[in-house]
Amino acid sequence: MAHISAGVGCSHIPAIGAALDHGKAAEPYWAPVFNGFAPTRSWIADEKPDVIILVYNDHASAFSLDVIPTFAIGCAASFNPADEGWGPRQVPAVQGHPGLAWHLAEQLILDEFDMTIVNKMDVDHGLTVPLSLMFGAVPAWPCPVIPLAVNVIQYPPPTGNRCFDLGKAIGRAVASYPENLKVMVFGTGGLSHQLQGPRAGLINRLWDTAFLDRLSHDPAGLAAIPHIDYLREAGSEGIEMVMWLIMRGALNEHVEETYRFYHVPASSTAVGHIVLVNR
Amino acid sequence: MTHTVSNDIAGTFIFDSVRSRQGYHLNMFCMSLMKADNRDAFRADEDAYLHRFAMTAAQRDAVLRRAWNTMLELGGNVYYTAKLAATDGMPVAHMSAAMAGLHPLAYQAMMVAGGRDGASPPDAPHPDEAF
Repeated sequence: MAHISAGVGCSHIPAIGAALDHGKAAEPYWAPVFNGFAPTRSWIADEKPDVIILVYNDHASAFSLDVIPTFAIGCAASFNPADEGWGPRQVPAVQGHPGLAWHLAEQLILDEFDMTIVNKMDVDHGLTVPLSLMFGAVPAWPCPVIPLAVNVIQYPPPTGNRCFDLGKAIGRAVASYPENLKVMVFGTGGLSHQLQGPRAGLINRLWDTAFLDRLSHDPAGLAAIPHIDYLREAGSEGIEMVMWLIMRGALNEHVEETYRFYHVPASSTAVGHIVLVNR
Repeated sequence: MTHTVSNDIAGTFIFDSVRSRQGYHLNMFCMSLMKADNRDAFRADEDAYLHRFAMTAAQRDAVLRRAWNTMLELGGNVYYTAKLAATDGMPVAHMSAAMAGLHPLAYQAMMVAGGRDGASPPDAPHPDEAF
């Protein structure tokens, strides 16, 4: 049977991708960011997940205001990097896992999570930057990836509680997949940041630290946080953090936090990263 | 129209249903800039290109002036207006700096120093006119 071994939380700032793609990773501004992921790169190279379920949000790349799915699951065999207005990132195409993705879609819908099924979709920096941080510059990503896109642009995004519950349903669905697969779940986005308005540049280190602290032992408490608190405390774009609760929900009640990294800034954003291993 | 979410966070535009309805055509104009041909047409004659979209005069004016806060006030969303910034060759952080009323270097210095403290409200409520 398939099982979930670990969850990874990870920011997905586009400037990180641009820094990597333009050979700036060793510059003093960027080196701390990439060095902060080095332990995880060696950890995941040893762990060798068979499939990654990657929770992220599309930034008006594959979707626009024409269609706004709250939860969309990519069931295709492959996904190309999106052209976000300056040409696609020169990173490998993402191979999907249609077998597990369709199983998830079916099981989640029967479990009353009404997923949007996507058979054709380009994936933007929200998905490819975490892969770059975790695997570096590679000729091909080391395993298939199932994109799970969440609306966090149009208010209201799904609640933290709904995200947490969806994660639990993903955990159940993975456990009922007959093939023996080691699955990891990535929750991406955040941490605190605000890109817009006169308050642009907001960072809330205390909020971020408390969120990371509670993720392992008090996820239900985090899931009760209302949207307005994220908007007010973590910044208008900090609401992406609800996506981390999908990752957390997919894990066991008992997890071990084996790694954490926090750094300000990458462009306008607080970089957050955590590894939670199922116990 | 009444906003569907508390709208009292200083210096912050929440993209709720009211703004989404108001800004649909403005945002879809921005979306069109994902295509190189459209970027070329926009650059060749910005005003003519904007008239392809059912935008209000105020929205067109905000785009022409690159009044980034005003665009959001009129229903723009930052992930869409970022495509306009990209068309101008402007990093997203510079657009954020402009909305904060800061020179890009001053904005970067603020971020390197740990970012804006949420407890301290922005200096200018609406600094578009400074740029």
